[in-house]
Amino acid sequence: MDWGQIFVISITAMVGSTTIIYALAALGLNIQFGYTGLLNFGQAGFAAIGAYSVAVVTATLGQSLWLSIFIGLIGAVIFGLILGIPTLRLRADYLAIVTIAAAEVIRQTVRSVSLNEYFGGSDGITGKYAREFYSFNPFDQAISWGPIQFNSAQASWITVVGWVLIGLIVLLTWLLVRSPWGRVVKSIREDENASRSLGKNVYFYKMQALILGGVVGSLAGIYWAIDAQSVQPDNYSSRFTFFAYTILILGGAARVFGPVVGSIIFWFILVFIGESLTQLVATGIIPDTILRSDQIGQVRFMLVGLALMLLIVYRPQGIFGDKRELALDDR
Amino acid sequence: MTAKAATSASDSVSARAVAALSGVKSEPGITKPDEILVAENINRHFGGLVAVDVDRLSVQRGSITALIGPNGAGKTTFFNVLAGFDTPDAGTWRYENHELRNKAAYKIAQLGMVRTFQLTKVLAKMTVLENMRLGAQRQLGERILAAPFPFAWSGQEEQVTERALTLLRRFNLYEKKDDFAGTMSGGQRKLLEMARALMTDPTMIMLDEPMAGVNPALTQSLLGHIKELREEGLTVLFIEHDMDAVRDISDWVVVMAQGRIIAEGPPASVMRDKAVIDAYLGAHHDEELTKSGESLTQNKKAKST
Repeated sequence: MDWGQIFVISITAMVGSTTIIYALAALGLNIQFGYTGLLNFGQAGFAAIGAYSVAVVTATLGQSLWLSIFIGLIGAVIFGLILGIPTLRLRADYLAIVTIAAAEVIRQTVRSVSLNEYFGGSDGITGKYAREFYSFNPFDQAISWGPIQFNSAQASWITVVGWVLIGLIVLLTWLLVRSPWGRVVKSIREDENASRSLGKNVYFYKMQALILGGVVGSLAGIYWAIDAQSVQPDNYSSRFTFFAYTILILGGAARVFGPVVGSIIFWFILVFIGESLTQLVATGIIPDTILRSDQIGQVRFMLVGLALMLLIVYRPQGIFGDKRELALDDR
Repeated sequence: MTAKAATSASDSVSARAVAALSGVKSEPGITKPDEILVAENINRHFGGLVAVDVDRLSVQRGSITALIGPNGAGKTTFFNVLAGFDTPDAGTWRYENHELRNKAAYKIAQLGMVRTFQLTKVLAKMTVLENMRLGAQRQLGERILAAPFPFAWSGQEEQVTERALTLLRRFNLYEKKDDFAGTMSGGQRKLLEMARALMTDPTMIMLDEPMAGVNPALTQSLLGHIKELREEGLTVLFIEHDMDAVRDISDWVVVMAQGRIIAEGPPASVMRDKAVIDAYLGAHHDEELTKSGESLTQNKKAKST
């Protein structure tokens, strides 16, 4: 049993790429669901658009990485418009149905056999297409900071960029939600007829929130594509969206730092449980008759699920939430 | 001193509105001398049920007009249609010079015709002051591109806050300004909703049962506030079931029953109208009517002494 190693791996995961990707996705959901009350269950679709724009434009079409990022962001805007125009005038649940279906449409499209030459089918696209980004890497070797240890100079660089990006989005969210714009979207979340009766164009504000959150979600995909230098369609299944929601609720919806802290804790717990179980099984402390090493992957999700249930029961407002606000729902 | 001057100046405003109505005949759909709102041939049905079937309604500028009628008469549906919250099956209506058919509710509010709700819609999770600020129109900070730059809108925000605090003082809600609106009583919510509607700087305000579920002491102050609105030159159209309140403040009463306007006129005469009494009590009534009629007049006497 090497607890030191377990902690190093877990703490490194807290700041690692996966945490950043899901923090970005959850930051987008926070604008949509947390502040505006839009049930976007298609965040995976927005992320897939970002990721595939990068991979297709660079690897398949041989264009510049910067152009591909720009296309990814524009793609998210267009996707938001397509989803929002028919649904945002309707009740909230329609958006949920349409978004979850649309995200699946995107995933099934990019993994389809007939479009193999553009999207690479179920294997996705792999290649060294993010060279332009890594050419700016100022680190010539992997950095380590206390218990946090990165594998390579590349990983160090993209992680730093990721956290700067998160910082900027957190700052933008904070500025927006304390502005009169934030006041309007919060009023829509609570009672859109009240905002309407006060002369607010509810549809327009919902559209803005959907698109802004979607663009942030597409950044998660863009980041993932650059970090891994590969895209796989099944990474963008509904599971991606549900993890992002879990993270948002864990951290506390409608809290500026909620998604970031939620993502850090979620991935810490997941990696910590996974690593601990692996070592417990490997050293024979947990015998094979109870748990085999190939079952750990599933069991850690069960334990995370249990932890989340306990959280919802004992702290429904999330880590940062304000209990008083929840109490007001009961009136 | 200024308050007194304002009162005497505004006395003439409300007096003029009332005086203008004095020559108007008491018949359904009659044209008023200075119309701010005209609705014609409004029809709204839900399946086979005709909820609203109004031939004509005209509202005098600067007056307090009450819309009364038994439960299920279609008052609130009519209100929803006028304010753009419901789409009628037929009909046109005009506010000032604006054709309102096919106008979205938010646009109607922006034009200066603002409504409140029968079941109050205060935003429970926002503070009283934030509720008020939300009402202000044309805020630069509500535009997404300006919102991240506080220096662009902080000046306007200060003015909005100033106005909100003035209104909160007037409605005796100043001490509550930092509380969540969800912690307030039903009556306070009615007050907040009215104050918030005033933040939009309307010319006409539509109140859906402003006195429902409010205790008698607060009712008096609500009535006072509504009269003040008229004195400031606003037009008030309100739905109410409390006949004493209607008699007390309204200049004109419109009576609806089964989706139609069956009578209108000054409060004193309309309440003696046979069609109105029939609508409320049924056409075949005997002693019951005299009893309730007596108790009504007794109430009135008790009040006036």
